[in-house]
Amino acid sequence: MESTYRIKGATGDWEVVIGLEVHAQVTSNAKLFSGAATAFGAEPNSQVSLVDAAMPGMLPVPNRECIRQAVRTGLAIDAQINKWSRFDRKNYFYADLPQGYQISQLYHPLVGEGAIEIEDGDAVKTIGVERIHVEQDAGKLMHDQHPTRSYVDLNRSGVALMEIVSRPDMRSPAEAGAYLTKLRSILRYVGSCDGNMDQGSMRADVNVSVRKPGDELGTRTETKNVNSVRFVMAAIDHEAKRQVAVLEDGGAIQQETRLFNPDTGTTRSMRSKEDAHDYRYFPDPDLLPLELDDAFIEECRASLPELPDAKRKRYEALGISAYAANVLTAEVESARWFDALLDTGAAPVAAANWVTSELFGALNRLGTSIVDSPVEPGQAAELLALVADGTLSGSLAKQVFEAMLETGDAPGKIVEERGLKQTSDTGAIEAVIADVLTKNPKQLEQYRGGKETLFGFFVGQTMKAMAGKANPQVVNDLLKKALAS
Amino acid sequence: MSVDTATVKRVAKLARIAIRDEEASRLAPELGNILGWIEQLGEVDTSSVQPMTAVIPNRLRLRDDVVTDGNIRAQVLANAPQAEHGFFTVPKVIE
Amino acid sequence: MSDLTDLGIRQIRDGVAGGDFSAREVAEAFNAAVAAAKPLNAFIVETPDHALAAADKVDQARAAGETLPPMAGVPIGMKDLFCTHGVQTTAASHILEGFKPEYESTVSQNLWNAGAGMLGKLNLDQFAMGSSNETSYFGNVISPWRRNDGGNAPLAPGGSSGGSAAVVAGRIAPGATGTDTGGSIRQPAAFVGISGIKPTYGRCSRWGTIAFASSLDQAGPMARDVRDCAIMLEAMSGFDPKDATSLDLPVPKWEEGLNASMAGKRVGIPREYRVDNMPEEIEALWQQGIAWMRDAGAEIVEVSLPHTRYALPAYYIIAPAEASSNLARYDGVRFGQRDLPEGANLQDMYAATREAGFGDEVKRRILIGTYVLSAGFYDAYFTQASKVRTLIAQDFERAWKRCDVLLTPTAPSAAFALGEKSADPLAMYLNDVFTVPSSLAGLPAMSVPGGLDKAGLPLGLQVIGRALDEQGVLDAALAIEERAGFVARPERWW
Repeated sequence: MESTYRIKGATGDWEVVIGLEVHAQVTSNAKLFSGAATAFGAEPNSQVSLVDAAMPGMLPVPNRECIRQAVRTGLAIDAQINKWSRFDRKNYFYADLPQGYQISQLYHPLVGEGAIEIEDGDAVKTIGVERIHVEQDAGKLMHDQHPTRSYVDLNRSGVALMEIVSRPDMRSPAEAGAYLTKLRSILRYVGSCDGNMDQGSMRADVNVSVRKPGDELGTRTETKNVNSVRFVMAAIDHEAKRQVAVLEDGGAIQQETRLFNPDTGTTRSMRSKEDAHDYRYFPDPDLLPLELDDAFIEECRASLPELPDAKRKRYEALGISAYAANVLTAEVESARWFDALLDTGAAPVAAANWVTSELFGALNRLGTSIVDSPVEPGQAAELLALVADGTLSGSLAKQVFEAMLETGDAPGKIVEERGLKQTSDTGAIEAVIADVLTKNPKQLEQYRGGKETLFGFFVGQTMKAMAGKANPQVVNDLLKKALAS
Repeated sequence: MSVDTATVKRVAKLARIAIRDEEASRLAPELGNILGWIEQLGEVDTSSVQPMTAVIPNRLRLRDDVVTDGNIRAQVLANAPQAEHGFFTVPKVIE
Repeated sequence: MSDLTDLGIRQIRDGVAGGDFSAREVAEAFNAAVAAAKPLNAFIVETPDHALAAADKVDQARAAGETLPPMAGVPIGMKDLFCTHGVQTTAASHILEGFKPEYESTVSQNLWNAGAGMLGKLNLDQFAMGSSNETSYFGNVISPWRRNDGGNAPLAPGGSSGGSAAVVAGRIAPGATGTDTGGSIRQPAAFVGISGIKPTYGRCSRWGTIAFASSLDQAGPMARDVRDCAIMLEAMSGFDPKDATSLDLPVPKWEEGLNASMAGKRVGIPREYRVDNMPEEIEALWQQGIAWMRDAGAEIVEVSLPHTRYALPAYYIIAPAEASSNLARYDGVRFGQRDLPEGANLQDMYAATREAGFGDEVKRRILIGTYVLSAGFYDAYFTQASKVRTLIAQDFERAWKRCDVLLTPTAPSAAFALGEKSADPLAMYLNDVFTVPSSLAGLPAMSVPGGLDKAGLPLGLQVIGRALDEQGVLDAALAIEERAGFVARPERWW
């Protein structure tokens, strides 16, 4: 799939080349190299150990779970797992970096080449992932608490991150958005990152350059720490246009670090990182090489759940539409919920249609997510079964579902208590029909005089008289018989 | 090996050590002398040698994912030259 | 009763256990010696109360009939590189002046658990960078030794564990902790006529010890004799899950295992250690050492360690490189001194703090380390040095096929006068020529006194062993000790 996205410039069309370095916070209880907690939103400096504060003589000891999650993530994108990797120090001075270096992996990352597939309509494109390495997060600076001072909170300092580095394979903001969305989905399926972009659990450094189609790669800029799919797309859009304007003005692009402003949708050069380019990486002498054995990697592999692409294909094989399969697999929680529904033996197509229309519609209306759904998969299965066996009509099913949402009760109970059961009792229906015909002599005469369109009128009157609980098929049959006699 | 004062200043800046011109001039020949002596290492043929990664054969141990530390803000901040409201403070940074 | 300060670790331990004297009496005697030793400038902080409290605990335990721990009642000096809870810890730098750790290093905690008490925090070369104890922010340590030429030139106690060496030699402490990155236990031990062992890398936890060069730093004991070193090393060593490079092995019973017979052992003499301009007396002592080894039953074999001459330059790349990064945390933000000039921004603050806080030698090494790691130089310097380090380790591996321990001089000279070498950093670095190779290979190595030079100053012999074979090293050192009969001690002038 070749992207046709172009920036229109005065000198012609420009192509955008995009690579993303995604920092994903590894889901773990404790930090990468210390026993302090990782929970979001704690009191400042309360989740800080002496190691995180880089007190003299403090040493790092790696957390197995963080390594495991990175390996599982690598396996999920079919990447090479390096059984021998090691940690390097990236040296620079900043107030959010207590050690004066970040422990990262430059020379020998844990995870090597992998790939992620993105879709644009029916077309599929493969985005290369160059590597995934494990590293420490920095602390947080707050600049608005004091007129002349910045405040330093080290709660995040030392939290494990995976840096997932893509190849510069994306060619439009939409592709970058699709890649990020897909990556987030995979991470959440794997459970290696919660994907909460608003809490900073996932953020992207966006590398953008522009060129005339067919030309060599242009000089790129790196826009740091963009924390939503929408902002990533906006940052690319702005940065690409800015670069085109600079180039068409006869200027040159500086290789530099930039900052995205979500309020204005623009990027600007970052002063604080100006001279931080000589990081003096070298192997961290406090840590030995990380050596993994086959058993460890196999355990990681065995623990992987079904991933979104495989799940989608399985749904489609069940007869579920491509659209519904996509919707159902986009978020791991929806897929989990739907799988639980399928596990009850619900008919896949009917279940998929009901979940994507009725359930998602209701959740939307209620402003809640599937995790907090007031209706459990088991209850939904019961509802669908009542429709399947003819106990409930479509409209009765809607009523019962509304009641389920309100009360949380099981559909059987609601049907019982409210008498919402559909009736196929011919005696009762015949009696109602006789009554309807008696009460509407004029319409009866017109019908018999040839105005057959009035059939619907009699159906409506009969259903109304039976409060919607009559089996429509039975009503049809009996009405035809009565009108013909 | 000769090291000029500009190099000394550049390295000092990377290392965040303020340096006056006369110090840089004094250090330049001194560092040049040391680095020149170090350069004899270049004589050694290491084309088939791996860099040492572990001094004593030993395997990196991994710890369990258990919260065993933290909630010690008072100790963390106890030696801070300047702290306020539970934060370390530094001169205002413009990012 | 003889002066308690004449006693070593074993004698104090046994005397306290046997009721010959109380731990408190011992602590009081050494506290008094510390108080009287100010002219040596060996202590940065004195902690008489710590020593007394530890002693009282031991006396109470004994009175209660409890089994006493292995160093019960022994007061020691603590090199000021080990973080001690609530007691100022400076690494002899201005940048850490006033820093009182909220934690206790594993090594010091192990010693307290073994019943030892602390006399004080010992002066050292700043951040352990130096071979003469002349780089301390808190002033030079003066060796208790003087030349017998009648001149009173103050001598260097060696470095970086200069304070440790001075107090043990001066009978101000029966033992002291040292740390050794390129010779910082062994060279000062040799300069003042005491014993000191650097164990295998990973034996002593590095947790809570201020880092100089992480892949080289090892703690070890400095004491009057080999047996005392064995006792103290046992107390200091042990697996520590908080140090990822710590060896997960039981601590051998080194004291129990001591055996001075070298029968059936082969002692290697590395020919490359015969360096240019080596003083005759050093060569003579080395020959004497070889004779002692033979006398103890050993077979002497000549071995070759062909990359020896490249050890020092490799060390002076690796150690400063690691140090430049390890010392980045001294930035005036979370602890220690801060220098904030009027109107300074964050980066100005760093530069001013580090300019004011670090001494000249520390700055020199940070600059060298920064330079060799900087863009374009990394492979030529650091990678090459790491490869040479592999070759040096391989040299030793080959030697172990032919011998069990190596015997060499500890240092190329006896103690020099303060100021004699401090103007020439390179000349100072050459002091570590015999100690650095085993540091690069992480091997256990020990200095033991062998005799005196013409000026009446001690000279040391070094024994280097296989990884994890501290026992072999201690045994060979004991064989030398028994034959050397080294009883010289500095005359008290302070």
